[in-house]
Amino acid sequence: MPDPGQTVLEVRNLKTVFQTRGGEVHAVNDVSFELRPGELLGVVGESGSGKSVTMMSLLKLLPIPPAEIRSGTVKFDGKDLLRVDADTLRAVRGGKIGFVFQDPMTSLNPVFTVGMQLMEPLRKHMGLSKSAARTRARELLELVGIPDAARRLKDYPHQFSGGMRQRVMIAIALACDPKVLIADEPTTALDVTIQAQIIELMKELQERLGMAVIWITHDLGVIAGIADRVLVMYGGQIVEQAPVRELFANPRHPYTAALLKTVPSVRGARADRLTIIEGQPPILNAAPAACPFRDRCERRIERCARENPAREPVGPGHDAACFVAAAEVESAHV
Amino acid sequence: MLTYVIRRLLMAIPTLIFISLIIFLLLDLAPGDPTSQLPLTIPDEVRQQIRESLGLGQPVHIRYWKWLTQMVYYEPAYYLSQATGWFDPPEVARMLSWQTRAPVMDIILERLPQTLRVVGLAYVVGVLIALPIGIISAYRQYSVFDQAGTFVSMIGYSIPPFFSGVLMIVIFSVGMPRDSFWWFPSVYDTTLKVVDWETFWKQVRQMVLPVMVLALQTTAQISRFMRASMLDNLGQDYVRTARAKGLTESVVVMKHVLRNSMIPVVTVIALGVPAIFGGAIITEQIFKVNGIGQFLIISIQASDVPSVQTLTFIFAVLIVLFNLIADVLYGILDPRIRYD
Ligand SMILES: Nc1ncnc2c1ncn2[C@@H]1O[C@H](COP(=O)(O)OP(=O)(O)OP(=O)(O)O)[C@@H](O)[C@H]1O
Ligand SMILES: [Mg+2]
Repeated sequence: MPDPGQTVLEVRNLKTVFQTRGGEVHAVNDVSFELRPGELLGVVGESGSGKSVTMMSLLKLLPIPPAEIRSGTVKFDGKDLLRVDADTLRAVRGGKIGFVFQDPMTSLNPVFTVGMQLMEPLRKHMGLSKSAARTRARELLELVGIPDAARRLKDYPHQFSGGMRQRVMIAIALACDPKVLIADEPTTALDVTIQAQIIELMKELQERLGMAVIWITHDLGVIAGIADRVLVMYGGQIVEQAPVRELFANPRHPYTAALLKTVPSVRGARADRLTIIEGQPPILNAAPAACPFRDRCERRIERCARENPAREPVGPGHDAACFVAAAEVESAHV
Repeated sequence: MLTYVIRRLLMAIPTLIFISLIIFLLLDLAPGDPTSQLPLTIPDEVRQQIRESLGLGQPVHIRYWKWLTQMVYYEPAYYLSQATGWFDPPEVARMLSWQTRAPVMDIILERLPQTLRVVGLAYVVGVLIALPIGIISAYRQYSVFDQAGTFVSMIGYSIPPFFSGVLMIVIFSVGMPRDSFWWFPSVYDTTLKVVDWETFWKQVRQMVLPVMVLALQTTAQISRFMRASMLDNLGQDYVRTARAKGLTESVVVMKHVLRNSMIPVVTVIALGVPAIFGGAIITEQIFKVNGIGQFLIISIQASDVPSVQTLTFIFAVLIVLFNLIADVLYGILDPRIRYD
């Protein structure tokens, strides 16, 4: 079980902005969270809520320009990753922090063999010789469940199916025994059976290797099954944070509550029970001066249009950025 | 791959036969008379005799067949026997230029080295300059370097060699004092023999202007192409993966991105090779380089039909051949392409 006292990764007040032709896009607004050793942290939120941009900002993997990391700190190993020199950052990338990207079909280089792409980080970070790297690459492919690994090292990405490519991506991310693995929707592009296999595999690897994992997904079902703790993102902000059971039992933010209602429950689910959240996601063209969810919120009060709520504790290890929820907790205590 | 190449080569045969027919018929229909350059005092009967002695009296299909067999069989056989001595040369008269009465193939082979030296070198120089420009322009998109590169390419694209060539002559041959380092000869001296350092240096200097004019064009085109291809690839997801693995920028760009970007560029470079012979026609004329481009111009002016037909056909063969080479290179560079 994760130790609540320590953190491996601590993100404070991260702000990322894109300069586009149509003006600025404030994709990540004042995001703070921490990751504890051995923990699986789920990140959910609708499309465009800033999940990928947040995680890529941590390792400065966004194209600069158009992206710009305005402010924030990312503490890892006693250093601020946003301010370390290029060499230190490169030692972390692919070494201590592995990254699995959203789209397995395009994330591998089409003109190099899978073996070469897998051996690259091994040689760079672990200083392995060519033959040692090849042996380890074969082991990694076996670890992620690719049959006939020795032969497949010589194959090119197009010779692998989508699910197999995602496994290769996971193998690359795991290559140097990272302390942290960031997996950006590692299963979205896959069909359900492969999805289940990959989830199973990741969970097993996480326990075996004892690393902390950040798992981004749209799929609340997956989160319920594997996460220890969950961040809910909306409009470039973290609107709620809680241990997984607490969140599903007791969603405090109206967005989270609505999000949970969109999931058809397994027992007696009918199409008419499937709700959608009315309205449009917010336009992120300025730093938010009000609650980003207010236009779609059923419980909004007048204050929501004037101020952007900060996250306040609303339960054990549970906080939410909502005036209404905070007031409820307050009154319950009095 | 080998079966693919053989299949393509076989497919090229009907294509080339068709092209040869078109070339032959078009030039046969073209106005112009081999005797038009002869003095006006020659009487008409004599002119008619000359025409008949050149084989012009025969029907067109006979003449076509003679020309085709000569070109694809007898001439190669002649050179093969000359080179190896394995068999006697074929007992058919060589194809002669109407203008000089020398074998057309001999003239072409004699002139080819000049063309290759000037035009070929210009192409190599142009490509070698273009690739780094394209890479840096893309990596530093919208930087001062990129803007300058765009400007130079625009010039290279929009100014034809017959203008830039003359401009070069005006600046470097006319405008510079004769003893200055920046003075370059405007006339290419083919009789120059490289025997020592001094003549070598002279040879280099007389190649500077024509090479510069031709290289400007090549550089403009290839550097734009390289830039576009690099930009295409720099935005790809696999580049982010490479960075996320902790690779240095030089490895990311010069290995991962470049290897992908070179695929279309290599193809374009290969496809451009036959075009350089065509492009050389004007530049050779300006700098008096007696290569095959200049030969084509002279032959056209003299209505020297066999020479024009042969040169045109050789260009056609080069185009078909380099198309095949481009396709094969594509298949070698891109593992996703399989031809068989
Ligand atoms: N290169 C870019 N230029 C401009 N805006 C961008 C760029 N990349 C992302 N954005 C914007 O940043 C915001 C957050 O995008 P992000 O990719 O993080 O969403 P996400 O939560 O990962 O969504 P999904 O679930 O669809 O992956 C979006 O509004 C998006 O339009
Ligand atoms: Mg995303």
